[in-house]
Amino acid sequence: MSKNKEAKVHEPLFHIAKRSGMVWWKAWLIRGCAILASLIVCAFIIVLLTKQNPIEVYISMFQGSFGTKRKVWILLQNIAILLCISLAVTPAFKMRFWNLGAEGQVLIGGLACVACMFYAGDKLPNALLILIMLAASILGGVIWGVIPAYFKAKWNTNESLFTLMMNYIAIQLVSFAITIWVPSGSGVMGVINSTSKSGWMPDLFGQKYLFNIVVVAALTVVMFVYLKYSKHGYELSVVGESEKTARYIGIDVKKVIIRTMVLSGAICGLAGFLLVSGTNHTISTNLAGGNGFTAIMVSWLAKFNPALMVITSFLIVFLQRGAGEIATNFRLNESVADILTGVIIFFIIGSEFFINYQIKPRAKHKEGK
Amino acid sequence: MISTIASFINAAIIQGIPLLFGSTGEIITEKSGNLNLGIPGIMYIGGISGIIGGYLYEHGNANPSPILCIIIPFLSTIIGSALMALIYCFLTVTLKANQNVTGLALTTFGVGVGNFFGGSLLSFFGESGSISLIKTGLAYKAKLPFAESLGLFGKTFLSFGFLVYLAIIIAVVASFILNKTRVGLNLRAIGENPATADAAGINVNRYKYLSTIIGGAIAGLGGLYFVMDYTAGAWTNDGFGDRGWLAIAIVIFALWKPKSAILSSFIFGGLYIICVYIPGLSSAAKEIIKMLPYLITIVVLVTVSARKKKEHQPPESLGLTYFREDR
Repeated sequence: MSKNKEAKVHEPLFHIAKRSGMVWWKAWLIRGCAILASLIVCAFIIVLLTKQNPIEVYISMFQGSFGTKRKVWILLQNIAILLCISLAVTPAFKMRFWNLGAEGQVLIGGLACVACMFYAGDKLPNALLILIMLAASILGGVIWGVIPAYFKAKWNTNESLFTLMMNYIAIQLVSFAITIWVPSGSGVMGVINSTSKSGWMPDLFGQKYLFNIVVVAALTVVMFVYLKYSKHGYELSVVGESEKTARYIGIDVKKVIIRTMVLSGAICGLAGFLLVSGTNHTISTNLAGGNGFTAIMVSWLAKFNPALMVITSFLIVFLQRGAGEIATNFRLNESVADILTGVIIFFIIGSEFFINYQIKPRAKHKEGK
Repeated sequence: MISTIASFINAAIIQGIPLLFGSTGEIITEKSGNLNLGIPGIMYIGGISGIIGGYLYEHGNANPSPILCIIIPFLSTIIGSALMALIYCFLTVTLKANQNVTGLALTTFGVGVGNFFGGSLLSFFGESGSISLIKTGLAYKAKLPFAESLGLFGKTFLSFGFLVYLAIIIAVVASFILNKTRVGLNLRAIGENPATADAAGINVNRYKYLSTIIGGAIAGLGGLYFVMDYTAGAWTNDGFGDRGWLAIAIVIFALWKPKSAILSSFIFGGLYIICVYIPGLSSAAKEIIKMLPYLITIVVLVTVSARKKKEHQPPESLGLTYFREDR
């Protein structure tokens, strides 16, 4: 029977093979082309929806990010937060631990931070309070990250589904806390300690967002060194490549999984702290605003390289801010930002294929290879 | 008391149906090894495609026929959500992209498209207000004529639009195909170990494409049910909420079995609204109760992984990209 089948099968016109190590500039050329192509598709979508000249639309996108000094600061702040969460998920991803729970880890960090502000505000000196808030946020993030990691290490429980569910538990915990803290039942937590500014991160050089930006910039450098030059970074990348190899060369895989998720959760908690103490001074279930998921794409698009993540997070935030501007200028629904982000990510995801694989046309060859 | 319980069961079934469509679709998809995290986005697309199709027909049509009111949105939904699943397949199967990243991007995109068109469809036609397709909604909500005459039983179990029964039929048929036919066997083989299936002469890519697209189309019907039956032809932005993720949770809770998904969906649907039926709950306690579906899912996930019973595991190659030349 198998012989009959073989006779019928035609050899395909081409076959696909893995490509090893493309020159870096070629790879970036391909990605550049993908982004260009995606912008053209986006332009079509925009023209279809607004019937405006796409060049004008892109100019107004640009203005959305760089139009005024304030807009530039908001751009930088948004990049800082997105980059911070991306840095958090990166070590886990490098280990092939699909932490889809950054959203929840950030929320819990923020919740712990707000709890400190709420109960200890005005009772402690500000510096001490902020330190306690920082510690609480990081602890919150760590707990939320370690629970799935523990079960992954112990029973190989599917981590992407586990962390996904943890997000919603975090969201419900935050709603729960808000109903307790806001007696009016409006479900919206106002700005906390707005007169005493207790627990608020002080402005740096008169700039509200500068502190966040400096912290994340430093974190980027540290993460780059940690992943590239430290023993921990080496171990987690070996675990990611092949768990069996890691075990063979004497790496304690379980320890690495848990340690890395402690780190991942801690940085998410830090992001929660930055969002609460340094930015919003309040909490809602939308604190992370989907950044926990966007961070996954940022990290993956940058090939888990913290230096490149600066670029990819800039790209995404630029798009979101720009699309928001288009939405207000052309009276579109603001969800247009999500559509454009989606299209651009599809293209970049697709372009990776041409970097990692090559298409070989059918060769004229004789029987038996 | 009995009538309260009856109305609770009725409401739980209504809440459970979008989840049942979503989880049946995701089970069929996951059986081929594709972890499609784009399901929430696909369900949004399913809903909005139905709305667009229904609007184009009902709008400006003085006397729309109920049959076409049903068929046109139904087909639009199938096409819209199948296209989304096709994007997912093209990226993950043909271009071998990472499944998690692709799925999440698909969700961002789908929710964006849903909310965008939901928010501005009317303004494209120079109208204002919010979308409301009354006649289409009525056609979808049409009940069995004898349901009311059967008393409490009829009211509780038979007073639904046709999509409710379709959801259950699809789940039963899916269960039959997965477990009793050769096609199902092949599909499960691919989900467990694509290399072995490939060696046995099964066309891995074709199966992955077909199961993901069919699964996506089924999940999209959940969105259609929500907009046409549950909200009777009206769209509110983000109205569908996190039901897409809940559907993915049910896949785990039902241990990747479409038949168990039926009851699981109703249980989760019940948990979704149970706080309305318990008298004297504080709003804080309500928030804790809303946490239950996710907590239970985690408990199931952990127990299943700890007990390591073979028939309860996720498909072995779930989430992994298959490349024939990999070893």
